[in-house]
Amino acid sequence: MPVDKLLISGLGKTFRSERGVTVALEGVDLAIGENEFVALVGTSGCGKSTLLSIAAGLDSQDEGSIAIDGEPIVAPGLDRGVVFQSYTLLPWLTTLENVEFALKAAGKTAREAREIAQAHLELVGLQGFEKAFPSELSGGMKQRVAIARALSYRPKMLLMDEPFGALDALTRHHMQELLTGIWEKHRLTVLFITHDVEEAVYLSDRVAVMTNRPGRIKTVVDIDLPRPRHYEMAASPEFQRLHRAVLDAIRSESLVAAALQAALA
Amino acid sequence: MPRPDRARRPGFALGQRISTAEFLAIAALVFIVVGASWYVVTVTGLVGRLFLPSPAQVVSRLAELAASGDLVTDVSISIYRISLGFLISTVVALPVGILIGSYRRWEAAIEPFVDFIRYMPVVAFVPLSILWAGTGDLQKLLIIFIGTFFQQVLLLMDNVKSVPRDFINLGRTLQMPEWRILQRIVLPSALPAIWDSMRISLGWAWTWLVVAELVAATSGLGYRITTAQRYFQTDLIFGYLLILGILGLATDQVMKYASRRLFRYLHAR
Repeated sequence: MPVDKLLISGLGKTFRSERGVTVALEGVDLAIGENEFVALVGTSGCGKSTLLSIAAGLDSQDEGSIAIDGEPIVAPGLDRGVVFQSYTLLPWLTTLENVEFALKAAGKTAREAREIAQAHLELVGLQGFEKAFPSELSGGMKQRVAIARALSYRPKMLLMDEPFGALDALTRHHMQELLTGIWEKHRLTVLFITHDVEEAVYLSDRVAVMTNRPGRIKTVVDIDLPRPRHYEMAASPEFQRLHRAVLDAIRSESLVAAALQAALA
Repeated sequence: MPRPDRARRPGFALGQRISTAEFLAIAALVFIVVGASWYVVTVTGLVGRLFLPSPAQVVSRLAELAASGDLVTDVSISIYRISLGFLISTVVALPVGILIGSYRRWEAAIEPFVDFIRYMPVVAFVPLSILWAGTGDLQKLLIIFIGTFFQQVLLLMDNVKSVPRDFINLGRTLQMPEWRILQRIVLPSALPAIWDSMRISLGWAWTWLVVAELVAATSGLGYRITTAQRYFQTDLIFGYLLILGILGLATDQVMKYASRRLFRYLHAR
């Protein structure tokens, strides 16, 4: 039995505004083991990003608990590396300086920061682009810098919020291969949010499907595809079967949502 | 035959790019056309000299003032006042704008009040400013301050507010203290926009300077314009208006150029 790295139980979150009350999350239970790659999929607005925000410590839950290594998460911390969909590279810093920025915040000396940053840029295949500014990089390259940055200070786990959502299909495939490659070599606990089912199946050990409002874990699909993964697998019957299973779970969910909406209308 | 796409016809495509040379040529052409029209209208006697002096008259009047040293004195004293007034306003507006852009409570305390004052016509403060500060430099600075500060504060607040939320979240996930996020992320991120706000508000500051000098002054560009009015020296008024225009255009271009240099990283591609 693997040790749980991230343990979420009975998590609930409600947003109140003038327009009414939205139950974003209700009774979410999810455990992610050490060095496990778990994708969380669901339709847009199902609360998956809210869940990641809470895991990052940027938001807080109303009910339930969430803990990393048994320690309750109450604030953001360097033990969790976050990759946002919007790249969040600081435009006035070069590629290298962007990674160094995080390392210096983590308390590394200038020299250590330079060395580690350099190594991590190489890890994501960006050697030669150290002095480039973010405005000179493509979306995929920007996200590679962001991944290098999040990995550089050795967090206990990586939280990725639809990191490839803004990329074109080809670049997205490249990035998925790159991420799998790095992950298979360096192993790290990852919570990966996406609405792309194929991406989720390709990358993960397990795929958790989330229900729509209130968000809850509907089912968890074990992805027992062999590693190392490669893109030809996407055509295999096994991949297709898993893809189908996840898709069906989401589809029935969106049908329920549509029926509910029709009934209310 | 298919009709040519409207968007492809030159001059019709929205946001179409042109070369720097073309841009400059068009800009220069407008100056030349307006200048030439001015010349033609005055040479043909279409408009009386009192109402519209000829370019030659204006130039010779300016040459006269330049020779006597009055021109340099007027321009220097006005530049001194606007520099100091704008500097004071900016130095005070920066912390206030950053504060209310970053903290909602401070925004609640300051923003509505600033907005309230902002809508009071600056011109109406001139009599008061004379009562409070006399007719010396202090009164000019006060008018520049009142006219500029309240606008700057609101612009700066918006600049700080438009820093992407995720940038701040990045700082949080790196466990940076709040003041350090402000210093290392929010400020550098807002800086290009802040610079632009400064450029825009400097333009307004020129107006308030001249307003202040028109009403109560014994020196400066505005003062000279008022005395010229007394003696029907329309050529002098025109000459000084031209100088004000040139000074404004020059500072604006310098600040734009500086912005391109300072924030080269934004368009490095």
